[in-house]
Amino acid sequence: MKEKINLLPETKPTPSRFRNTIGKYIIKRNSSCISCGKCAALCPHGVHIKPDNHIAPFRPVEHKCIGFDCKDTDHYCIDHCPEEALTLKENPLLETMGDYRWTPEMLLGHFAMAETGSAPHVDLEYNLGNSGGGFDKMRFKKPDAGLAIDLSDEDMDTSIDLNKTGDGRPEKTISIPCYGGGMSYGSTALSVIVGRARAAKRLNSLTCTGEGGYPPEFLPYKDHVITQVATGLFGVREETIQNCPVMEFKYAQGAKPGLGGHLLGEKVTEAVAKMRETVVGRPLFSPFPFHSVYSVEDHKKHVDWMKEINHKVLCSVKVSTPTDVDMVAVGAYYAGAHIIHIDGSYGGTGAAPDIAKKNIAMPIEYAIPKVHRFLKEEGARDKITLIASGGIRNAMDVAKAIALGADGCVIGTADLVAVECVRCGNCESGRGCARGIATTDPELGYMIDEAYVEQRLVNMYMAWRKQWCSLLRSFGMKSIRELRGRSDLLIHLDYLDEEERKQYQPAPGYKMVL
Amino acid sequence: MPQKYTIHTKPAPPKFYPVGKYATIEFRENCAGSCKECVKKKCVYDIFKKNYLHMSQMEEPEYLYTCNSCFRCIQECTKGIFSRVINPEYRGIGDEYYTPDVINRTWYQAHTGSIPVSGAGYRGPFAGKGFDSMWTDMSEIVRPTRDGIHGREYINTCIELSRRPERLAFHEDGSLAVAVGPILEIPLPILFEKPKFGVLSQKVLVSMLQAAQTIGTKMFMDADDIDETLESFGTVIIPNVKKDNFHKFADLLKRSDMVEIDYEPGIEHVLEKLKAINGNLAISVGLPLSAALNYAEIGVELSKTVMDTLHVKADYNGREFNSQNPRFIKDMLRDIHIAMVKAGTRRQINILASGGVSMAEHVNKTIICGADGVVIDRPLLLAMECRLCNRCRNELSCPVKLGDIDPEYGSNRIINLMGAWRNQMLEMLGAMGMREARRLRGEVGRSMWFEDLEKESFAPIFGERKISLDVG
Repeated sequence: MKEKINLLPETKPTPSRFRNTIGKYIIKRNSSCISCGKCAALCPHGVHIKPDNHIAPFRPVEHKCIGFDCKDTDHYCIDHCPEEALTLKENPLLETMGDYRWTPEMLLGHFAMAETGSAPHVDLEYNLGNSGGGFDKMRFKKPDAGLAIDLSDEDMDTSIDLNKTGDGRPEKTISIPCYGGGMSYGSTALSVIVGRARAAKRLNSLTCTGEGGYPPEFLPYKDHVITQVATGLFGVREETIQNCPVMEFKYAQGAKPGLGGHLLGEKVTEAVAKMRETVVGRPLFSPFPFHSVYSVEDHKKHVDWMKEINHKVLCSVKVSTPTDVDMVAVGAYYAGAHIIHIDGSYGGTGAAPDIAKKNIAMPIEYAIPKVHRFLKEEGARDKITLIASGGIRNAMDVAKAIALGADGCVIGTADLVAVECVRCGNCESGRGCARGIATTDPELGYMIDEAYVEQRLVNMYMAWRKQWCSLLRSFGMKSIRELRGRSDLLIHLDYLDEEERKQYQPAPGYKMVL
Repeated sequence: MPQKYTIHTKPAPPKFYPVGKYATIEFRENCAGSCKECVKKKCVYDIFKKNYLHMSQMEEPEYLYTCNSCFRCIQECTKGIFSRVINPEYRGIGDEYYTPDVINRTWYQAHTGSIPVSGAGYRGPFAGKGFDSMWTDMSEIVRPTRDGIHGREYINTCIELSRRPERLAFHEDGSLAVAVGPILEIPLPILFEKPKFGVLSQKVLVSMLQAAQTIGTKMFMDADDIDETLESFGTVIIPNVKKDNFHKFADLLKRSDMVEIDYEPGIEHVLEKLKAINGNLAISVGLPLSAALNYAEIGVELSKTVMDTLHVKADYNGREFNSQNPRFIKDMLRDIHIAMVKAGTRRQINILASGGVSMAEHVNKTIICGADGVVIDRPLLLAMECRLCNRCRNELSCPVKLGDIDPEYGSNRIINLMGAWRNQMLEMLGAMGMREARRLRGEVGRSMWFEDLEKESFAPIFGERKISLDVG
């Protein structure tokens, strides 16, 4: 009983929520401007706007400016301004944005994709970070000439199966090789998590409740919402297991392996407390580990329990990446899981000790091939879906993870970046996120509406899909399933001779101020 | 049941503005003036609240230091008058090892006594030199539980500084047949050392000693520097003596429970003489990790003497002395530890390591590499608001007037830092499933190393690595 895969959702321009957008370049118009409107007439990118009924042009829409690449064209506003009133320079603000993993250009690139549904037209490096290792040092090999096929994006297959066991439960298929990571009611604004569910429905994918209960607003999208059962069991009820197509046991989280969660008291509002059946204003700790699981047999008992409550549910097991992650994955398989979800140490979180984020457990780039190989050796690889997360930031990270051996990925941070998270890291402090994303504050929590979140996410994933389709076509593949485990298509810059290395885009390696 | 060891912290706000990372720039000439949408009024963090005060008082604006980087003022101002830059002063503090970020985090911990916690994922490079090429392991399903480690369950962070007999032997009547000396133990694997430079007034030293006394640790200090005031701290101080001058301090050593003597060839005979002065004295030998010395071999030879503790010393950044291509302390420690394990002497003695321990994570990592505990100095200065600006080295004034610090305040800040460090140790130990810091010693199985992971996961895919690993 294979499900029918939805048609691709429509992308729509969804501009920034903020008045002043951030661009790679800044254009300033000085007082010499005579409002002749020539710049507006010239610019094909919509940087300069002067409506007919306005005397003066609007402030330049800087994030649309392609910068000095425009110099060789016939519409370079700087040279064509009769009063020389315009100046162009790289935006110094970028130095204060982002970090080694999410560089400013990666952030801006994802803002642009979420706005337009296409890759940015500005020269932004949105697929490579500056971390100096892992995905940032990997590249796809140059495909042999003649391999490329001519298929439209509509005819390409980017779907993956979530049930390979053949156990009679639904053969769930999602249309993109990604689904949304757990974000709980309490840590993230309701409009954001519901917007993610709406986007998941349109993308025929999934999103996850996180460990915060199941707000009734999810019910219209219940076929696309994973119920997470984590160590605190907050908000877990029989009906929330009965609602969901997939349930997820969260044993550990990559950003804080071995530590459990912590929701600060400020975020425990009346609604959150009610949902989690706790006390308003009191901080909530998810214990670590599951106090009822100290062996794989205990784990099987949990899986069986869920399967008994919902005869159609698929079981996912989310674990972190310790040395023995391969053994853990095989254990999960033998316990009857449909999905093993490994969450690498560089993943996102609403709050975690910095020491844990940096130091505990291994990065996902190491864990994927390790688990993939071991499952193969055990003869289990084709009977379980391997999902990777924790530091998967962009479309090419997803493709590289799949080539290393994963079936698909879980995405969290990129979803938030799509709705204009700047990764300032203050999700956990005081009232929560000042940008209205990771907050339950009565004022801040309403800065975003669900429709905006839904469309920005659809746009971003459709932009990602275009990149996957283009990559697959270049290797002569029609389906992303063909890419799984094709690590022979990848190179790592540090493993190449100098001459060979020159053929590939160098890894960004500039010093950042942290 | 004995009381659990806890470091009690209490907030100690900075006396001087910490050097913040961002400087908010405001192009006031473009301000609309009477805008009802003024973003300053809407700032979620209220950082502009006292904005007007600094103008009348000619002080630096507070928001230079407290911006939380949400970008809302920049993106919402109707006239777009805000921008930001990295605070130039921030770039200037510290050095390559003690980066501005490390310094800022140390200040935060010394202020609050809390573990630095933030949202979003890790922000740094994939891996790096030194300790940044190691990750610690975790276990999905083991005890101690995380909710327990700060409550009903206990992770022991004690270490010993005295020698342990190889084995116990008994007479037929059940009495001990071997001499067992007094056990010298401290409750956390961190000791202090008087820094080699900085504003080292008596108030600064008293702050350090007072903190050491409160949390139950010890501080290494040159015997020559111990005056009457400092001597009142008694056994908190581990006097440092030399082969040539130890006899000068015989009275002091009789009152001490531990002494350190600098390594020199032929030191073995002096150790016997120190024991002769005070039979209960635990003896530490300070061994510089110099490329000119075969430190692993020396360590093994010393471990066969009456030495209790070997104190190996790298430079401030954890590197080998006297080398064009210096090794990092983690690798040097591994050599020393393994050499002693092979010689069968490791269990009898203790190893302390100093140099390169600038953050809490380095304590556990140093122990994994083979040490029993660490010795720190610079973080103590940082806790007291030092900016590592090096002005004192040029005999210029200290920007935070460190020399005049109130010892109560100074020790409070150091205690806070140690409280935060210990809690971070517990988090890591808990995640690893360890109940005791002593069991972590040399336990590389509870860690993952960059070069091993690359070999295991990437070599089967990418073949031979062509860019040599620079993880030292």
